[in-house]
Amino acid sequence: MVAPLVTIEGAVVARGAAQMLGPVDLTADAVGVTVLMGPNGAGKTTLLKLLHGLERPRAGRVLWHDVAPSEQAFVFQRPILLRRSVRENLALPLRLRGDRNPLDAIDAIAGELGLTPMLDNHAPRLSGGEAQKLALARALIARPRVLFLDEPTANLDAPTIAAMEEIFRSKAQGGMRLFLATHSVGQARRLADTVVWVDHGTVTGPIPAAEFFATPPAAAECFLEMLG
Amino acid sequence: MAGWFIDLLEITLRSLTVSVSAVAIASALGIPLGTWLAVTRFRARRLTVAVLNAFMGLPPVVVGLVIYLLLSRSGPFGVLDLLFTTWAMILAQVVIVLPLVASLTHQVVRDLWAEYRDLLLSLGATRRQRMGILIWDSRRSLLTAMLAGFGRAVGEVGAILIVGGNIDHLTRVLTTAITLEVSKGNLAFAVALGAVLIAISLVVSVALHFLTRADRSRPW
Repeated sequence: MVAPLVTIEGAVVARGAAQMLGPVDLTADAVGVTVLMGPNGAGKTTLLKLLHGLERPRAGRVLWHDVAPSEQAFVFQRPILLRRSVRENLALPLRLRGDRNPLDAIDAIAGELGLTPMLDNHAPRLSGGEAQKLALARALIARPRVLFLDEPTANLDAPTIAAMEEIFRSKAQGGMRLFLATHSVGQARRLADTVVWVDHGTVTGPIPAAEFFATPPAAAECFLEMLG
Repeated sequence: MAGWFIDLLEITLRSLTVSVSAVAIASALGIPLGTWLAVTRFRARRLTVAVLNAFMGLPPVVVGLVIYLLLSRSGPFGVLDLLFTTWAMILAQVVIVLPLVASLTHQVVRDLWAEYRDLLLSLGATRRQRMGILIWDSRRSLLTAMLAGFGRAVGEVGAILIVGGNIDHLTRVLTTAITLEVSKGNLAFAVALGAVLIAISLVVSVALHFLTRADRSRPW
């Protein structure tokens, strides 16, 4: 039995009178890639944000075992880029922690993700793929132990998706814990160690990926058939 | 002719000194205040913003009257002996410009905060860090807010007439001088003063336009 990394106990997320998610009970182990699957508006983003602490539960709680918020990073579905250069965007997480001149770290991560030629470009002018890569690089620069990815390859072309997935895989192999929300069944099959099924605010799992795809929950079966 | 010109120069410089000082002080207070209101949730926030917006439309004459009462010999701050000095005029203009700068800042920063919020919270930025990032990234719009403040200050006459007294060589500025010259029937000098006032507004506006445009073309 691997030690649990995070436990959610009866958490409910609501906005006004509308309940968005829950009650959720979930325990995730400390290693691997957990893929969150489910239809649009099911609550995948809300669940990721709940785990990361961006959503406060109205009831219940989220318990991280030995992981500080500063050891987590989040890549949003629509990249949030500062209206500054690529370089300054990359510097942000380290500057906020008091590193005034993180040049080496920027060069290293820019080289790893192929951002070096555009370090001085204005970030809001990047293409969709470049912007998403920058958001990923910025999330990785502080070497998080846990990485949340909210549909990080939506709207990207096939080669870029392949390159991004390769990065996810290598980070996971290096010991980084990944939580990834996706619509793509193919991506889930390629990356998932465990799958969490989210539908209409209810959460099932984590289920080992092989088991999930062999005998999916009833609601997921229809979803998987439609998307192949 | 030379005396006429020296008078004009002196009045113009005083106008600039008073208005630039007032805008600088109002911005130093109003920009952090507007930003703080945009990123902080507290019970009376909506009410505070509503009051701030209402204060944008404060009648300058009333501001002048209140400051006059506060600074007059029998008023609570009479001991400071500030009435009929440029300090009193700066104070009056700060009161008039501060709500404008703070309110415009609040609107600009609130929109940017909606965009940056999740990222900055995710990265664990402290409130001070958040405010710094938001102010820096909306600096162009904030410059425009300061320009609006300067426009209101430099063209203002009611409040500074009351608290400054339009004293020759002491508190006379372009707007109060125009009022006086018109009442004396000295229309030629009044028009000259008016032209200078318009020129100042134009120069500041155009300078700022080019300043922000140059900014935008830089790759950062």
